[in-house]
Amino acid sequence: MKKRYTLLWLIPLILAISLIPIITHSVIYRETVFLILMYITLAVSLNIILGYTGYVSFGHVVFFGIGGYTSFYLMHKFGIHLIFAMIMGGVVSAIIALIVGEAVLKLRGAFFAIATIGINEAIKSLVTNLSWLGGATGMFFNFKIYKTYGGAAKAIWFAYCLMVIVTIVSLVTSYFIKNSKFGYGLFAIREDEDAAIVLGVNAKRFKSIAYAISAFFPGLVGAIFFFKAGNIEPEDAFHLVKSIEMIFMVMLGGFGTISGPPIGAILYERLKGILLVNPLFKNLHMAITGLILLIIILFAPGGIVGTLRNRFKKIRSLLE
Amino acid sequence: MYAWIAALINGILVGLVYGLAAIGLNLIWGVMKVINLSHGAFIALGMFCAYFIFHFAGINPFLAVILILIVGLILGMISYFIVLHRVLDAPELSTLLSTYSLSLIIIGLGTFIFTTNPRAIDIGLGSIGIGNIYIPITKILTGLFSILFTIVLYVFLYKTWTGKAIRAVSLNRAAAEFMGVNSTFILSLSFGIGVGLAMVAGCLIAAIFPFTILSGAVYELKSFVICVLGGLGSPIGALVGGLILGLLENICALKIPVGYIPFIEFVILVIILLVKPTGLITKR
Repeated sequence: MKKRYTLLWLIPLILAISLIPIITHSVIYRETVFLILMYITLAVSLNIILGYTGYVSFGHVVFFGIGGYTSFYLMHKFGIHLIFAMIMGGVVSAIIALIVGEAVLKLRGAFFAIATIGINEAIKSLVTNLSWLGGATGMFFNFKIYKTYGGAAKAIWFAYCLMVIVTIVSLVTSYFIKNSKFGYGLFAIREDEDAAIVLGVNAKRFKSIAYAISAFFPGLVGAIFFFKAGNIEPEDAFHLVKSIEMIFMVMLGGFGTISGPPIGAILYERLKGILLVNPLFKNLHMAITGLILLIIILFAPGGIVGTLRNRFKKIRSLLE
Repeated sequence: MYAWIAALINGILVGLVYGLAAIGLNLIWGVMKVINLSHGAFIALGMFCAYFIFHFAGINPFLAVILILIVGLILGMISYFIVLHRVLDAPELSTLLSTYSLSLIIIGLGTFIFTTNPRAIDIGLGSIGIGNIYIPITKILTGLFSILFTIVLYVFLYKTWTGKAIRAVSLNRAAAEFMGVNSTFILSLSFGIGVGLAMVAGCLIAAIFPFTILSGAVYELKSFVICVLGGLGSPIGALVGGLILGLLENICALKIPVGYIPFIEFVILVIILLVKPTGLITKR
């Protein structure tokens, strides 16, 4: 068995980053790190279906929205604790992914991509029209909800800590999937689905499970994000741009790798931060993102991690 | 009763434009098996070309279409070499993402230069009234122009040597090369035509509806639905798909709240993809 050290530096790195705001008690750092962690989890979970299995889910944000709406509704109407609401959000996302996946995973390549965009748009316009979910204006928390957690300020710190845990769990999950028989099956599907089936991979079930797992974590993230925000509306929950951000992070870091998506997520957050602060680049940030994405796809399709792995063979056990 | 007839006529006229918008996407898919995710961005670009030509040169969008087609053709051919040529044989992920990044660049620059303020072109040709039904002349003209462009494309694809070469490349690139077809040129030309048609559609849409730089995305999604309805890769199918969608939108609007229409459209999209991914109208 080959030695693999990736998690040995990645997890401490992320823990170290997440400790910065706790030690300094700085709200600004907390917001930045929260965003970084959120991006990491989203990128890591998309990577399971996009990077491992090779299915381009363009509308992956739909699971973020579904998780957010499910948990928000549970907390708002029934006062359920965030932890349970969050898990429900993830579970509902995963179940919907299983049901939807049963159908759309039959499609390959571009057809699958279009179908996922279609699903996101369909659910967005459905939610916009359901009055019990607040319609187009969405729902707002009653501030009393935060009392269970010891006030609004404490509630946000609680959400932050929960986010750290979710991020670590998602990373460990993606690591174990990649190094399991299940993961090898997924990679076989990515390289050649028909050949994988012939060799005895139960492609249909593997794809469904991979899709459900990659939908579970965005569901959790959506729950925490909208708990922290205090309100939810369809435009935020099902914003196609978030899907694109996820794809960008995965491609920037290196798709199909373990450390790629987190690296991509951290870099993207920093890049966005720099661009949005600068008055000249503020409005150009989308164009610059596009340009970088184009350069990656044309000249370094393996992303940062993939390119480094090709260039320096010695660090392969460290950088997976 | 009048409402129904008006919805029917409006549906047909708008549907024709939707069809024209989808043909560009369809042609590119048919020839190079690439879903052009920058389609919507080029539609938006067409709208803005029409807007500026109208405002600075005072040329009516219906006269500017030829100019816009040529601009689109050139832009599309350049984009092909920058964005697609390197990754054409790579997995679909690459072409999807490279065309998407082109779209991000265009929309990003567009937002920077034009902002997202809504704009409209008001040519005000009046409207024709039959009984209680009034149909704006601009809408009739856009419908006619869409039919005209489809016919021209059809003649081009089936009667000219270049058109035949495009169809040959779409059937089998290697075999077409053996027959002396310069496949790189043909591929870039078809991408150019696809983009040109998208911009023409944008120009025509701008003549009847208000728009922003982000409007392209709406028509891009509609184009997907249409292509899937009509079958990816068949130009006539796209026009029929457009008609179905236009009628659906206008007639459903009489009975169901408007907000549900996108939901219905996308549910139809997903169902057709699952049941009959080749589309309702398939080539013999």
